[in-house]
Amino acid sequence: MKSFTYQRVTTPAEAAAAIADKPGAKFLAGGTNLLDLMKLQIETPAHLIDIGRIGLDKIEPTANGGLRIGALVSNTDLAADPKIRKDYGVLSRALLAGASGQLRNKATTAGNLLQRTRCPYFYDTNQPCNKRVPGSGCAAIAGFSKQLAVIGSSDACIATHPSDMAVGMMALDAVVETINPAGKTRQIPISQLYRLPGKTPHLETNLEKNELITSVVLPAPVGGTHIYHKVRDRASYAFALVSVAAILFKDGSGKIAIGGVAPRPWRVPGAEKLIPSGAKAFAAKLMEGARPTQDNKYKLALVERTIELVLKEGKS
Amino acid sequence: MGETMKEENSAGNISRREMLAGTAIAVTTLALTKVTGVEAASPPQAVVPVVSAEVSFTVNGKIQKLEIDTRTTLLDSLREHLHLTGTKKGCDHGQCGACTVLVNGKRINSCLSLALQHENDSITTIEGLGTPEKLHPMQSAFIKHDGYQCGYCTPGQICSAVAVLEEIKAGIPSHASGDLNAEMLFTNAEFRERMSGNICRCGAYSNIAEAAAEVAGA
Ligand SMILES: Cc1cc2nc3c(=O)[nH]c(=O)nc-3n(C[C@H](O)[C@H](O)[C@H](O)COP(=O)(O)OP(=O)(O)OC[C@H]3O[C@@H](n4cnc5c(N)ncnc54)[C@H](O)[C@@H]3O)c2cc1C
Ligand code: SF4
Ligand code: FES
Ligand code: FES
Repeated sequence: MKSFTYQRVTTPAEAAAAIADKPGAKFLAGGTNLLDLMKLQIETPAHLIDIGRIGLDKIEPTANGGLRIGALVSNTDLAADPKIRKDYGVLSRALLAGASGQLRNKATTAGNLLQRTRCPYFYDTNQPCNKRVPGSGCAAIAGFSKQLAVIGSSDACIATHPSDMAVGMMALDAVVETINPAGKTRQIPISQLYRLPGKTPHLETNLEKNELITSVVLPAPVGGTHIYHKVRDRASYAFALVSVAAILFKDGSGKIAIGGVAPRPWRVPGAEKLIPSGAKAFAAKLMEGARPTQDNKYKLALVERTIELVLKEGKS
Repeated sequence: MGETMKEENSAGNISRREMLAGTAIAVTTLALTKVTGVEAASPPQAVVPVVSAEVSFTVNGKIQKLEIDTRTTLLDSLREHLHLTGTKKGCDHGQCGACTVLVNGKRINSCLSLALQHENDSITTIEGLGTPEKLHPMQSAFIKHDGYQCGYCTPGQICSAVAVLEEIKAGIPSHASGDLNAEMLFTNAEFRERMSGNICRCGAYSNIAEAAAEVAGA
């Protein structure tokens, strides 16, 4: 790990101001992703701003019947919150399908959203990787790509976004709230948070440099049956090959986001009118334009079958 | 970081640790001059001097004040600075659970946490759960049910199992819970899912589950 200086802050405004002052600084939330990457010198911040105690650790009702989740709420607390369990079950399920009990105790809402890819070549610093070292090439495209993206990827990068929680939030139309060093706040729909890689896979989100996530807002409950189905190489403690976050309504309509297939949770609202026509028609539209590799074309069949399973479960 | 595993395995444990501590500066210099593919491709970085900072937390009921390199993980602070070597380092990347300790009653991986993140926290390690004279019920149950072979994962398994019983009591759901809104109960399936962050290379899983079931009264 490279040496760094360290600072604790006590308010969101102080955190945002502190980061503007220090070149090469990063926020440290739970640290479960950042420290992992710092040990491998994939991340080399010169300064850490520990935001673990800036408040923002509560889940509160919003004026229009939704919930505001503080950026520092732990993944365990979010999954266990009675209102989340009752009205936003897909989010609780997505969280519980991720990582381990220990990690969920430490991992935070904002840190989970901003965790970096698990592409094995991104982690192997001996390999070229456009995300880690822009312009160096991509070892994954001609390498082992079984876990990697089949859609939304580019010739520069085929990494997936690894979060389960974000897939649940995508189905729920969550909105991310931020503050910048000038004290300006804004709201970003989660569908606008992540960038597709194009030629610049190292630019992963539409956040400004030094922007602090303060909370994630969920709209008022929409009802329906909430399902999160994660397919992985072992029954627990593994990243998704494919996951399906679904909110299904009695009239056959629904909201469905897919994890494990793209650089961001994959949702195509325009395709959702095909949900009542069944998995095949919906999956075909949802995955239109997919560019799988030999290694991961199985994911297209897996997406369709997992959706089929979920639709069946929604009816029963 | 990688040195610690070797240390654990070497016979001359103490002298090797002291030797390593003494050569820390030399090791740092070596690491800085080593040119990997990535460093070669990026612009030369300024040499950042080692930075240290103070932290104070309670470990097993005793207040501890440390002045440490900012990079020190909670795990390394326990093992290398406080010499509480019950907590083990397996992977150092959050993947095995050997380093599990309780922080303010909640289990975390101490390898993925900076010591500095724990100012004023209360930490319980395997040494604080019980002593050979006065074992914690989970420790006794592990012995009774043979919940280990080599024992390397065991401190993490025990700390984790103690926390799992509390999590079930607190009504925290898991991936194995059929109904998110129902009362949480100890079952074999619930325990196994909740313990998936603790890997046992010797495969003592079924005995570990029996030990925990006995403590849970299930
Ligand atoms: C072994 C292992 C298995 C895992 N399995 C899964 C899995 O199956 N599914 C899954 O979804 N995840 C999994 N994870 C990942 C885990 O969920 C993330 O590590 C965690 O959610 C990150 O949260 P954190 O608070 O620790 O983030 P940190 O590591 O503290 O931060 C991550 C990034 O977010 C930035 N950041 C944090 N907070 C803010 C903020 N408020 N504003 C702006 N930037 C911020 C940091 O600067 C950093 O760049 C796994 C991790 C491990 C180690
Ligand atoms: S897929 Fe993306 S993250 Fe993986 S090696 Fe290629 S550029 Fe890097
Ligand atoms: S040593 Fe911490 S999880 Fe393996
Ligand atoms: S007892 Fe040997 S690793 Fe678990």
